[in-house]
Amino acid sequence: MAHDNSYTGQKFEVVGNRFIRPDGVDKVTGKARYGADASAPGQLVGLVLRSPHAHATIKKIDASKAEKLPGVKAIITAEDLPDLTGGDRGMADILENCMARGRALYDGHAVAAVAAVDAQTARQALKLIKVSYKKLPHVTDVDKAMKPNAPVIHDWIITGGVDPKPAKPSNIANRTQMGHGDVETGFAEADVIIERSYKTEQTHQGYIEPHACLASVNPDGTAELWVTTQGPFTYRTVCATLLGLDIAKLKVTSSEIGGGFGGKTHVWTEPVALALSRKANRPVKLVMTRDEVFRASGPTASTSIDIKIGATKKGVITAATLELRYQGGAFPGIWAMLACMTGFACYDIKNQRSVGWDVIVNRPKVAAYRAPSAPMAAYAVESTMDIVAQEIGMDAVDFRLKNVAKEGAQAPYGPLYGPIGIEAALKAVKKHPQMRAKLKKNQGRGIACGFWFNIGGQTCVDLNVGTDGTVSLAVGTVDVGGARSSLGMIAAEELGISYDEVKVHVADTASLGHNDTTEGSRGTFSSGMAAIFAARDAIEVLKGRAAKMLDVPVDAIVWENGQAKAVGKQHGNLPKLSLKEIAAKSPNTGGPIAGHNEVVADGAGMGFACHICDVEVDPETGLTKILRYTVVQDAGKAIHPDYVEGQFQGAAAQGIGWALNEEYVYGDDGRLQNPGFLDYRIPVCSDLPFIDTKILEIPNPNHPYGIRGVGETSIVPPLGAIGNAIADATGVRMNHVPMSPIRVLEALDQAATLEDQVSAG
Amino acid sequence: MQVSLNGALRSGAGGAASIEIEAATIRELLTKVVERYPDMSEYLDRGIAVAIDGVVFRDDWNQSIPQGAEVFLMPRIEGG
Repeated sequence: MAHDNSYTGQKFEVVGNRFIRPDGVDKVTGKARYGADASAPGQLVGLVLRSPHAHATIKKIDASKAEKLPGVKAIITAEDLPDLTGGDRGMADILENCMARGRALYDGHAVAAVAAVDAQTARQALKLIKVSYKKLPHVTDVDKAMKPNAPVIHDWIITGGVDPKPAKPSNIANRTQMGHGDVETGFAEADVIIERSYKTEQTHQGYIEPHACLASVNPDGTAELWVTTQGPFTYRTVCATLLGLDIAKLKVTSSEIGGGFGGKTHVWTEPVALALSRKANRPVKLVMTRDEVFRASGPTASTSIDIKIGATKKGVITAATLELRYQGGAFPGIWAMLACMTGFACYDIKNQRSVGWDVIVNRPKVAAYRAPSAPMAAYAVESTMDIVAQEIGMDAVDFRLKNVAKEGAQAPYGPLYGPIGIEAALKAVKKHPQMRAKLKKNQGRGIACGFWFNIGGQTCVDLNVGTDGTVSLAVGTVDVGGARSSLGMIAAEELGISYDEVKVHVADTASLGHNDTTEGSRGTFSSGMAAIFAARDAIEVLKGRAAKMLDVPVDAIVWENGQAKAVGKQHGNLPKLSLKEIAAKSPNTGGPIAGHNEVVADGAGMGFACHICDVEVDPETGLTKILRYTVVQDAGKAIHPDYVEGQFQGAAAQGIGWALNEEYVYGDDGRLQNPGFLDYRIPVCSDLPFIDTKILEIPNPNHPYGIRGVGETSIVPPLGAIGNAIADATGVRMNHVPMSPIRVLEALDQAATLEDQVSAG
Repeated sequence: MQVSLNGALRSGAGGAASIEIEAATIRELLTKVVERYPDMSEYLDRGIAVAIDGVVFRDDWNQSIPQGAEVFLMPRIEGG
């Protein structure tokens, strides 16, 4: 049944409150069950043997000694994962990424796996597997990989999106172009044109919980997978395809999740664990080490970006271009394309062009990371916006406001925007007290804007009313940021009962219809929409039962404040019936009371944010300290404001780490030098001030409550905001992220040398 | 009705920035696009979204397209 998802301006009783989080006690007491917390009778320990080379032909794998080791129950290689993908290139890439097929494509690429009775035996077995490699030339840098003399990683990659089609393979998988207008004419109208180049290094989502699963495959073709994931239904589809299982016979249960941020939208070791279990005919538990997570899961792209912005002296941008080179690891991706779509999204630029190059290198297959691809493009845009503003003598906020995208402006990817919140965010920033706070020596302030699309997608929920009137809501989107709370609030709001009478469960794949992965900030938007419609479905059932209890026609019943009321002169003296009273009588009025909904939740509202950042830069060490940080973001409607603020703060914290510290460092040998949290440094509490937040609520017209996704957008501005703040503090523009102490110090030294040369004449 | 194409999708339509197609729903639109431009089927397989008057539809092919609507075909996006 089709439902109207239009925003109605409904008044709320439950929504908007700040209830205590339902998962908090379990998490702080250690009761919550994460990916590694499951066990099964007779389970084995799975471990993966990984390539020590950046690029190598696998000449031979000799597992004969390992197989003879007592306690070893199964050893698999690519031969145990035959290609069943039927020509689906994307799926074949996933298969090859899970287990190398003749060639190791990056340091850490899986080449074999073992299941044994305990970890010690499994580790011993790994050492006994002899792999003969022939090293091949490698390339890990995005710019070098694009050069004509670069080693070509795949001979089947012919650059797409160029005309005529190239005759020879290269590492450039795709060219994408977005934009509109005439940039040449636009630049001719500009009084000031600024051109700059930037680089950003590869970062990891840095989720604290490593990938972990317990897989069990039975001889009859049924299987179960307990796993930490953002998308149990997607994992089911992918694993079933790769293993040749029937989708309905593979039950995937998502554990509590210790962070994902996009990194748990893709499978890595799960098909390997299933293949081991199938071969051993025993359950297999496989938990990645931190070293493996860094080397062989899916970090974000490293990039190289050129930008050009032209503006009039009055501050109108007349034209802008971006050239975006994004590496996707050893397989093709869509990362530069996403950057083309997002780079200029905050601004109404009549003449703009973004060209993206998706590039293959010998690094792990890139995965989504919170607003994937947008932070790097925004770093280039927001840094250059400040330079242009400075050049024409205009305040940075005013310059952005002069060019801000409003309803009716054309997005970089084509369509005209509906109601959006970036102008309101900039105005809120302009008024914010932080903008007027005094700064001391070596301190500076920067602002930056950010955009993310947000998505909806396939969603399915079940709402069941217990005979005591309490309600359980089964959802298929994983709770990555408070959805159990917000969805319970939505169900309570609709039914007219209190929040504590609703319990939300994340269901397994055998219990609900397909739900798309919890990605793209879709959890509360799409499952919220389904929860509204499921509750309204249940209300229709409740009204029917009340009609039976009161012996009146069902069309004489209305639902008000959690009660059924008979209306009409002849029914005026009948008692109201509460949900509890109707539920208690349900066995005799037709049986269980439930509401269901299956929806394709399209019409996600775009997310926009603007951040303010104050920093202090130590000129002796190059260390940048964040003094004060404010996030302003449009949430559409904040269902549970605490969680919304938490999303803003978490995204900003990750962006700050990306801007200042985090970086994959590859050696000349193509091996990752820092696969651990000691050498890959994410921010800890002592690195950050309390991150202030301001929620704006500009309703999304395509959701009954006006909800927009909130999880991703605020990772986009920090790189630019911090770069601008450092420039304000030091007078030096950083063009390479992370802006780590050593890079800042180098930039300060270079600027000082230049100044000395100028003084010396 | 004018349907604008963006990004790599133009390659599937011989480089055209926009095409003229009459369709009442997204399903009808995509069916006619592939009939006229067989190369577009590759892009449909990879994932496509349709923006109608600024609202992005990724999955609901039953969505009706009003007369005079602004219609864009664009690559389907992912999130984190």
